[in-house]
Amino acid sequence: MSCPASPAGRRRFLALAAATLAAPAVTAASAPPLTKRIPSSGEALPIVGLGSWITFNVGQDAVARAQCVEVVRAFFAAGGRMIDSSPMYGSSQPTIGYALAQLGMPPALFSAEKVWTGDAARGSAQIEASRAYWGVPRFDLLQVHNLLAWEQQLPLLLQMKAAGGLRYVGITTSEGRRHAEIERVMRSQPIDFVQLSYNLLDREAEQRLLPLAQERGIAVIANRPFREGALLRQLARHPLPGWAAEIDCKHWAQVALKFAVSHPAVTCAIPATSQVAHLQQNMAAARGPLPDAALRQRMARDVAAL
Amino acid sequence: MRRCASAWRATSPRCDGAAVSEWWTYTPADFLMFAPRIYWRLFEALNRQTWPAVLLAPSAGVAWLLWVARDTARPGAAAARLAAVALALAWAAVALLFLQPLLAPIHWLAAYIAPAFGLQAVLLLALAALGGLGATASPRRRRAGLALLGYALLLHPLCPLLDGRPLTQAEVFGLAPDPTVLATLGVLLLCRATTPAGRVLGRTAWVLPVAWCALSAATLWTMGSAQGFALAGGVLLALVAARRRSL
Repeated sequence: MSCPASPAGRRRFLALAAATLAAPAVTAASAPPLTKRIPSSGEALPIVGLGSWITFNVGQDAVARAQCVEVVRAFFAAGGRMIDSSPMYGSSQPTIGYALAQLGMPPALFSAEKVWTGDAARGSAQIEASRAYWGVPRFDLLQVHNLLAWEQQLPLLLQMKAAGGLRYVGITTSEGRRHAEIERVMRSQPIDFVQLSYNLLDREAEQRLLPLAQERGIAVIANRPFREGALLRQLARHPLPGWAAEIDCKHWAQVALKFAVSHPAVTCAIPATSQVAHLQQNMAAARGPLPDAALRQRMARDVAAL
Repeated sequence: MRRCASAWRATSPRCDGAAVSEWWTYTPADFLMFAPRIYWRLFEALNRQTWPAVLLAPSAGVAWLLWVARDTARPGAAAARLAAVALALAWAAVALLFLQPLLAPIHWLAAYIAPAFGLQAVLLLALAALGGLGATASPRRRRAGLALLGYALLLHPLCPLLDGRPLTQAEVFGLAPDPTVLATLGVLLLCRATTPAGRVLGRTAWVLPVAWCALSAATLWTMGSAQGFALAGGVLLALVAARRRSL
């Protein structure tokens, strides 16, 4: 691999080299998605996953359910692996289970779920109910949702992992809440993953949590990369900056995703969508060059100024 | 996006102290857990499942409204009792046909609201039996009651047109919560309880409709729908009109 001579080319080269240790640096649209490794195991994960908040909460709506199946189909077709959900997301779990069943339970699936109950005695029953909804033999990752009763739930998850009923353990927060408590958990507990909100405008995690995740070898899942779509609606009023072409971005969604996943500590982002076209745009952000540190700073500065 | 309440499944979580920390950082948008298009399509499914019975309750309501509007002495005791019983059936229908089977799967709060709608139905039946109901003596209450009832029965179902949605998503009295609640407020304004028990029951019967209007208006505003103004305006009109003399 030779280093390009031009500054822009070098920037792209360095970013690719740093971000794709687990995958060859390829940029073709048909290429596999870029991956990052889970620090605790070395397993490679595509840098763009699939969230399910709101978008998969469709109840018994047959039309919407069918659309969700197509989104999940397109996700796996594009090389995706991690699907994230929670008991808090209404009917999202049954919808995911329905889609997975329709698709014959794709072997690439990396199932990321959460436990969300303040009653320690109900944690196991809730996890089992979630598993039944998904139709999987076990979850790859279980997270304590929004730190709810983490003192009781985390031991349960760690026990499940030790017994082989689970591969990874994590905790979550969102919208910048309770970062001090998240930090305490990251420092004191043997967790594999932390999930937090990180995007072009919500960057508080850069101060302490993301460096700590690197230091402790904890994988990071970035949620709300689009601020539930509000960020994209805001950005849609503006043309893409010139630097977007340097990192092969054709849509603001790709800019937002590439910003989130290019932080060295971030393992993947989990945008949610109910549209195949948007899913394909999102997955395209897992290909091509990622911004380096200098471009990341410029991206954040320019977007904040819009 | 932590939620301080149970989910709709048997394995639902519960609220605890930690779950309400940093409560000031939450906005109504944090509690909207479904897409507007999914919410509106619930009414399409409801109307499809109940067609053509979906037309019965609004038709009966309009007939009652036209009959009452002709004379300030109306509704008499029998007509008022009939209205209270009909409203009780409507609240029960909303709980059994909409809240529990359709809304609860996408909104955990509906699983708790459905029994509350059942209690309101019981309350209205008790009001019919024990209230000694008759026509209100207040012209202001009467005018407001007729206006609210007319809106709930005739105009509210047309709201989808404001959003460019099909009329198959119309929310009708007797099946959908918003017009049923607004119609209830209208009838409560039009009627007067004459017994001590009836006055207590009558005042209690305002609680859930007002609470529902506040919740529904907040939900609709968060979804970007102008229908929230109808709910807020309706409940404000009812409260102002009822200020001097209540059931």
